[in-house]
Amino acid sequence: MSDSVSMMPEHPPVTDWVNDFDHTDPRWTENPFPIWDELRNECPVVHTKRFLGCYLPTTYQAVKEIAYDTEHFSSRRVIVRDVRPEVQRNAAPPITSDPPEHKPAKQLLLPPFTPDAMTKLEPRVRAICNELIDEFIEDGQCDAAARYTKHVPVRAIAHMLGIPEKDGDLFVKWIHMILELSIKNESMLVQAVQEMSAYFAGHIEHRKTHPTDDLISTLMKAKDKDGNPLEDSQVLGSLRLLLIAGIDTTWSAIGSSLWHLANTPADRDRLIAEPELMPSAIEEFLRAYSPVTMAREVMKETTISGCPVKPGNMVLLSFPAANRDPAMFPDADKVVIDRKENRHAAFGLGIHRCVGSNLARMEMTVAIEEWLKRIPDFKLDPAGKVTWSEGTVRGPRQLPVLFGKKN
Amino acid sequence: MSGKLKIRVDQDKCQGHARCKSLAPELFELDEFGNAHEVGDGSVPAGMEDKAWLAQTNCPEIAIEVQEE
Repeated sequence: MSDSVSMMPEHPPVTDWVNDFDHTDPRWTENPFPIWDELRNECPVVHTKRFLGCYLPTTYQAVKEIAYDTEHFSSRRVIVRDVRPEVQRNAAPPITSDPPEHKPAKQLLLPPFTPDAMTKLEPRVRAICNELIDEFIEDGQCDAAARYTKHVPVRAIAHMLGIPEKDGDLFVKWIHMILELSIKNESMLVQAVQEMSAYFAGHIEHRKTHPTDDLISTLMKAKDKDGNPLEDSQVLGSLRLLLIAGIDTTWSAIGSSLWHLANTPADRDRLIAEPELMPSAIEEFLRAYSPVTMAREVMKETTISGCPVKPGNMVLLSFPAANRDPAMFPDADKVVIDRKENRHAAFGLGIHRCVGSNLARMEMTVAIEEWLKRIPDFKLDPAGKVTWSEGTVRGPRQLPVLFGKKN
Repeated sequence: MSGKLKIRVDQDKCQGHARCKSLAPELFELDEFGNAHEVGDGSVPAGMEDKAWLAQTNCPEIAIEVQEE
């Protein structure tokens, strides 16, 4: 353990963002927007030697070109790390799948996540939000990330999968290991994947004799394009994906939205007075505070927005940076909750469009609506500190707020 | 004055973001995979032109075509 840690590369503070960027640098974590603006002014695609070589597209156009190009860019690795762990078959399909395997794997997951399916789930999510608020509303203060935004997606996806909502702390631990700690410590990835697989294997085994109507059973009953049941490894891989992708991401999106509303009383008051603005506000929060940066691996040499890219390198596919590109969005650095035209790429572009986007939107909408109903007036606690997650998914991990009589 | 509008969702481009369905539910419907299709033959009823353009300008995949007849 100590040996493997000591072999990990150092991450010295960045002094030259254009030639040596590092998305785990504390300044990026705290406030990446000016960094992206600086890089975008310099070149649409920049490169770093860190992470064994990695490109970063910062314009909407460059991000789009890469997202649509599955010939030169593979999804077999979707997280940029210090090391390149061996590619696992059925790692987390379909997010880690390329054509032609991608489409059948994705089509299995799409029907349970349509807007209609989400409408059926909505009352449960509304109840979850109110149960959570009940626990702290009398206190006049709370860490909204730890007490609220984290638990909404954890409980919702647990409900969909048919696993106990009380196991949420376990899920959050695995996700932290996979998405954050594993960037610099591969053993965290191995351990978390093993624990998750063992957890789900137990639930799968139980359903072989006690079938249910949840998402785990849906996957177990699914057939591939030749009419055969899925391999256990694909079922496990997709379950890992749903848990990993369904929690940290929406936790971050709800958290950033509340952070914005805590900081911006005018937007808060306007949303309360004009609730019909909620859909465009949610899209704008998704654009301005997009939580998810995916990755690709360069498979063949090509050119993106005039910049040569070479195999052997990873690509940090920054949908968040694309969504701040002033060439695509007027006043890109401003949050405009009634923005009319908003082709944001928060859920990706092309075949890998987030399978859970309808779930995420519903959870965000319900979580913000219920919060504003019960806590219409709140602000950041000046005695506390807001902290942000590092790396692949960005959102507040501590969000101390004051409300009610303490506001 | 412009004529009637007709919309069409390009099935090769649509990835199921469902922004159109949210903005103009009268003009779009989703299939079992969540991919969007124009309702009927895509003719936009009078008074719904703004919604058609709104859907078109918010589709991340630029999959919606709006034609003036």
